[in-house]
Amino acid sequence: MGKSEFTFSHDNYLNNNTGKSNLMSWLTTTDHKRIGLMYLYGMIFFFGLAMLIGVVMKLEMLTPGKTLIDAQTYNAFFTLHGMIMIFLFIIPGIPAVLGNFIMPIQIGAKDVIFPRLNLMSWYFYIFGGIFAIASLFLSGGPIDTGWTFYVPYSIRTNTNVILPLLGAFIIGFSGILTGINFVTTIHRLRAKGMTFFRLPLFVWAIYATAWIQIIATPVVGITIVLVIVERLFSIGIFDPALGGDPLLFQHLFWIYSHPAVYIMILPAMGIVSEIIPTFAKRTIFGYKMIAYSSLAIAFIGYFVWAHHMFNSGISDLSRMIFSLITFLVAIPSGIKVFNWVATLYKGSIVFKTPLFYVAMFIFLFSIGGLTGMITSSLATDVHISDTYFLVAHFHYTMFGGVAIIMIAGLHYWLPKMYGRMYNEKLAMWSGAIIFVGFNLMYFTMFILGYQGMPRRFWSYLPQYQTLHIVSVVGMVIFVMGMIVMAYNLIRGARKGPIAPANPWGGVTLEWRIPSPPPTLNFDKDPVVTREVYDFTNPDDYGLPKIEERGINE
Amino acid sequence: MSDNNMIQEQAIQEHSHSHVHRDDIASKMGMWLFLFTEILLFGGLFLLYLAYRFQYSQEFFTSAKNLNIVLGTINTIFLLTSSLTMALSIAALQRGNKKLSIAFIISTLGFALGFMIIKYFEWTAKFAHGIIPGGETLTSRPHGEVIFYGMYFSMTGLHAIHVIVGAVLILFMLRFVIKGKLNKDNYQRLENAGLYWHLVDLIWIFLFPLFYLLH
Repeated sequence: MGKSEFTFSHDNYLNNNTGKSNLMSWLTTTDHKRIGLMYLYGMIFFFGLAMLIGVVMKLEMLTPGKTLIDAQTYNAFFTLHGMIMIFLFIIPGIPAVLGNFIMPIQIGAKDVIFPRLNLMSWYFYIFGGIFAIASLFLSGGPIDTGWTFYVPYSIRTNTNVILPLLGAFIIGFSGILTGINFVTTIHRLRAKGMTFFRLPLFVWAIYATAWIQIIATPVVGITIVLVIVERLFSIGIFDPALGGDPLLFQHLFWIYSHPAVYIMILPAMGIVSEIIPTFAKRTIFGYKMIAYSSLAIAFIGYFVWAHHMFNSGISDLSRMIFSLITFLVAIPSGIKVFNWVATLYKGSIVFKTPLFYVAMFIFLFSIGGLTGMITSSLATDVHISDTYFLVAHFHYTMFGGVAIIMIAGLHYWLPKMYGRMYNEKLAMWSGAIIFVGFNLMYFTMFILGYQGMPRRFWSYLPQYQTLHIVSVVGMVIFVMGMIVMAYNLIRGARKGPIAPANPWGGVTLEWRIPSPPPTLNFDKDPVVTREVYDFTNPDDYGLPKIEERGINE
Repeated sequence: MSDNNMIQEQAIQEHSHSHVHRDDIASKMGMWLFLFTEILLFGGLFLLYLAYRFQYSQEFFTSAKNLNIVLGTINTIFLLTSSLTMALSIAALQRGNKKLSIAFIISTLGFALGFMIIKYFEWTAKFAHGIIPGGETLTSRPHGEVIFYGMYFSMTGLHAIHVIVGAVLILFMLRFVIKGKLNKDNYQRLENAGLYWHLVDLIWIFLFPLFYLLH
């Protein structure tokens, strides 16, 4: 991995001891840590691509009418931006990268239970990704249905629909296999003494997420297959011209895709529950309630799907029921937020980059969550449905919620993953720039949407232009912040100063082994003797003490 | 903790120096979770069937009469018996009777082949009458019939794909048993293949009455 002036004295997973070439040693690895990093590199690529598409879309909105691209390209761009970001970045994101890397270490295991299946999932992910973006380069043009693939348009359009749908199916399969792998791992490979209520909360979150992946993904799988079959053979199941009912497609699609937003947010909440105690130097407030609320969110998340269909013509009774259940999700989410804040109260807070991002998360996600209350109320939803309000709400929860925490997690665990440290000052500044740019870009969209600017249009009425320009300026600031943040992390991973094994004073298992971790994580099997997050008298897990080194040695 | 569990734990401890170890309980657990996803995959289709059966009950009623109950019944018998032979092959292997186990596996494969051959004749007979998905004869019929056959072809088609996948899986297990890789002390993979095969059987148990008998 790159050039470095210093090599780590201990044997670690980044060393190539296989006798194969360096590239082959990565492509054939079954080590959960290496697979986690391979997911990370794949995700950086796909995220970069989708962000670039987003930048072009935003620039198109600078003026009414054509600015850069034509209407059809815009349709394809918002479809691809959504598809790549959702199926290739934000759904698999935290579980595949940090779940793979950190979760087995946190439960005291040497690897996941099915290491070869884990590698296979990565290949499925990559091939699915290639399928999804291949339509860009084929005749007929890229898919233009929006990432929700609503019928009947997805049956009628002449663009390449089948290939990206197949891609989404394969990626879904990859997610199912990862979910099965994680659930089985957490049941079978916990260290001695690691009972369920001694699990770090990140593991709890990954566990709840893995269950949703197992239960929800097959339903969208079959729905996608049926759209492909419909296009190939006109079986009529979703085609109103042949007697099919498009609403049934929407039901089946959202039965998966709503729980999928909890696949995205739950692991992020798990990371928050790791970072806050570490930087408040205080045991987490309400451990059991946070753990149970993950399961509660996963459970309730199953019965709210039709709130995506309030304006699709479903009955008033079902609209009311789904609206009510949707409001219920706020309860376990609120439990989490209050417990986090209570943990910080009277803590010995060390304000470093990961905690800075967590603070951003609480602010941004609260806005995202509260505007969610507006969209889940039946009357207000009619007004703001399919407007920029929805786009803003979605990005506040998904980027302000999930992606911000993924960045926080990468800052938090980077010293563990690479054994090196990023530049703290630059990290803080880039975080601040991202925060300003993000709010400028998306908060403006709330106002635009409230005023009636519809989403998915490449042109607009002149009265919206001022706010669009403000939003584009926000986008430029935001992208600059993202570039600085990425540069700092990549530079830190390659050439940063050597990090100590436990730079933050964390108490979970991953901080009790050297950085980067040895190939098999533990030289000696850890034994857990007490509850996690005990900062006054932390568990030594029966492991030998690691030499502590200063950050700037 | 049962004896089986104790042996498992021992196996884990003995092999703990390497990160690839054998854990039969985990392997079975993973398989059950996977079967759960398979049921949900078909679950989406059963849900659609339910919705359309309510919407087009009359057409579903008349279309079902055109399906061949005799062939359907023979196929049901084939699959049920193949599940039995599959279970027997595992029992035989557990008792160390390799030859008997191989014989049962081969008969399972025979039933699977028989099922697919009958399926082929059923489908081609339908095609001969112009009942082809997207074909003009079919699409000009009432909507309910189009949907009935749409559901029929997609559900039995997806099921047939599962029969093929299951048979290929069992074919691999046959190879492993012959080579001795699977034996009296190591039969979990055969049991997993068996679990998958029972699922294929189970789904057919629901498809058969829904399409052939309810009229």
